Amino acid sequence: MTDAARPRSLFDKLWDAHVVVPESEDSPAILFIDLHLVHEVTSPQAFAMLEERGLAVRRPDCTQATLDHSTPTLPAGADGRLPYATEAAEKQVRQLEENCARHGIDLLGLDDPRRGIVHVVGPELGLTQPGKTIVCGDSHTSTHGAFGALAFGIGTTEVGHVLATQCVLQRKPKSMRIDFEGELAPGVGAKDMALAMIAQIGADGGQGYAVEFAGPAVEALSMEGRMTLCNMAIEAGARVGMVAPDQTTFDYIEGRERAPQGEAWDAALERWRALPSDPGAAFDREVRVDAAAIRPMITFGVSPDAAAPAGGRAPIPATAGEREAADYMRFIPDRPFAEMAVNRVFIGSCTNSRLSDLREAAEVMRGRQVAKGITALVVPGSEAVRRAAEAEGLDTVFLESGAEWRLPGCSMCIAMNGDQGAPGDLVVSTSNRNFVGRQGKGVRTVLAGPATAAACAIAGRIVDPSDYLNGEAARAA
Amino acid sequence: MQPEPFTRLEAYSLVLPQSNIDTDQIIPARFLTTTSREGLGKGAFYDWRYTGDDVPKNATPFPVEGAGERKILVAGANFGCGSSREHAPWALLDYGFRAVISSDIADIFKSNALKNGLLPVEIDRTTHAKLMEQPGIRIVIDLERCLIETEHGLRAEFAVEPFARRCLLDGVDPLGHILAQESAIAAFEDAR
Repeated sequence: MTDAARPRSLFDKLWDAHVVVPESEDSPAILFIDLHLVHEVTSPQAFAMLEERGLAVRRPDCTQATLDHSTPTLPAGADGRLPYATEAAEKQVRQLEENCARHGIDLLGLDDPRRGIVHVVGPELGLTQPGKTIVCGDSHTSTHGAFGALAFGIGTTEVGHVLATQCVLQRKPKSMRIDFEGELAPGVGAKDMALAMIAQIGADGGQGYAVEFAGPAVEALSMEGRMTLCNMAIEAGARVGMVAPDQTTFDYIEGRERAPQGEAWDAALERWRALPSDPGAAFDREVRVDAAAIRPMITFGVSPDAAAPAGGRAPIPATAGEREAADYMRFIPDRPFAEMAVNRVFIGSCTNSRLSDLREAAEVMRGRQVAKGITALVVPGSEAVRRAAEAEGLDTVFLESGAEWRLPGCSMCIAMNGDQGAPGDLVVSTSNRNFVGRQGKGVRTVLAGPATAAACAIAGRIVDPSDYLNGEAARAA
Repeated sequence: MQPEPFTRLEAYSLVLPQSNIDTDQIIPARFLTTTSREGLGKGAFYDWRYTGDDVPKNATPFPVEGAGERKILVAGANFGCGSSREHAPWALLDYGFRAVISSDIADIFKSNALKNGLLPVEIDRTTHAKLMEQPGIRIVIDLERCLIETEHGLRAEFAVEPFARRCLLDGVDPLGHILAQESAIAAFEDAR
């Protein structure tokens, strides 16, 4: 069989199409980057490096910047000033504004109606497209793989490389296909799939691999669900997660601001339809996940692979590490998770802050009250999500239930803008990392999907959301 | 900014037996609101070293004043998982570490560390387990031979991506390497 006839995976096709200089034993490949996303936290030192070396930004037209990590989610006060957590946070925002102005980079600034979390706005603007290589100084860049793009997080030195050359040095990773077989049960979503998958293969199970998610349960997901799944690839250690583009993908992109139009759209469709893995394409590792068996999931430890059905019981720790995690989380071994009281709920982040996520949470919260003493924060992923949610009255649902409705940003996911838990708080969060102290010093984070997080806010303890969803369905019927 | 060349390091170990030490442990996010890469050592493992109010904890494996002679961090599996923040290796270097040894180091952290002269050393599980049981021993890391040896005769080979190794040994500049391919990049762009 000639090389040209060898069946190739989606990943092989994406890789091959972007090699500027092939890899050799001595050197990694030089890979061309179609889209470079930039935010305020991981870019200042890269721009400084350009200045030091007297280099220009090679392709400002392939670069898109936004503000999300350090930005407040509360509006400006009476003095007209935004309530930044620190002066340093404000300085970081100003620095990106200056850097973008100096280098001719389009920035979704604080007043821009398109601003939002970097992994929410790329797809919303139609910048994220099948067949592209996409990088960002952010590990959750894997999100964009949902469109059949090759997308991965890079460090700040590499941000500098891409600014200066539009290329990165990269060894081709190994490939893995994760097949979700069967159909999801009602009330189970993409976040539950992600947590079940990570629990199965481990927090380092995907290390060194580019992962393609496939199978009927993945094909049935909306683009937003696929983004949630690919977003969490890095929590299994895989820098790259992706899904083959199909009609769902094309329907999402068509007509967006930066999507191809007219004849260019037709040409793009033809290219994109050729991207899915060929039958018989080889993968270095194949994993099967029983999608039908997945239940609404939560995490009980301090690593995303410590995940189990929300309706279950805390496992009995078996290793020193598990005991340490159990001590920190204060889960009682072999007791139902439902005995755990919740202090705070966060619905947002690049994992779960899109319109469908907010609808899912609102469905649970509509006509119900957040349990006494619980703070519930709902933070839309972008200004566009905020407007759409408000247009259908979701903000009212949240506010009437006693939750807070904030301005877009990363907020409590990384907790560097002042939004955070208090020491000891048990926070049920739709974000992606349950690391010790991630959401504030001493905070105990429980990861969950939007319906589960909303149900926990209502119940005041950890619950499986099924009862709340069924109740709503019954009421509507 | 080119890191200092790395050829051979002889130093003592500091052991963190925990697995899955994530970049939020290495440097909490509240230290990321900086526009510089300097001075991040203060935030290195901050919540392991201090109570909330800058008071050093009594029970911590980390010396208050910095790593000193214990320049080699020996840590559990999947070290450096989590975010892509390059602040993590910057913080470890500023605190005084020059190398991290584990059975398994997360991809983005490894890539970031190599670009800054913090050597990520992945060794076999058996030797790794033995190193974890002997905190404070003297270890020689030889990047020329890709070999570590301890004062008690433990030896293990390790692999480093060849280009990154050349950058560290010979001071090759990765950005310069890409810039030298300008004509190939321009041709690639023209062909699209």
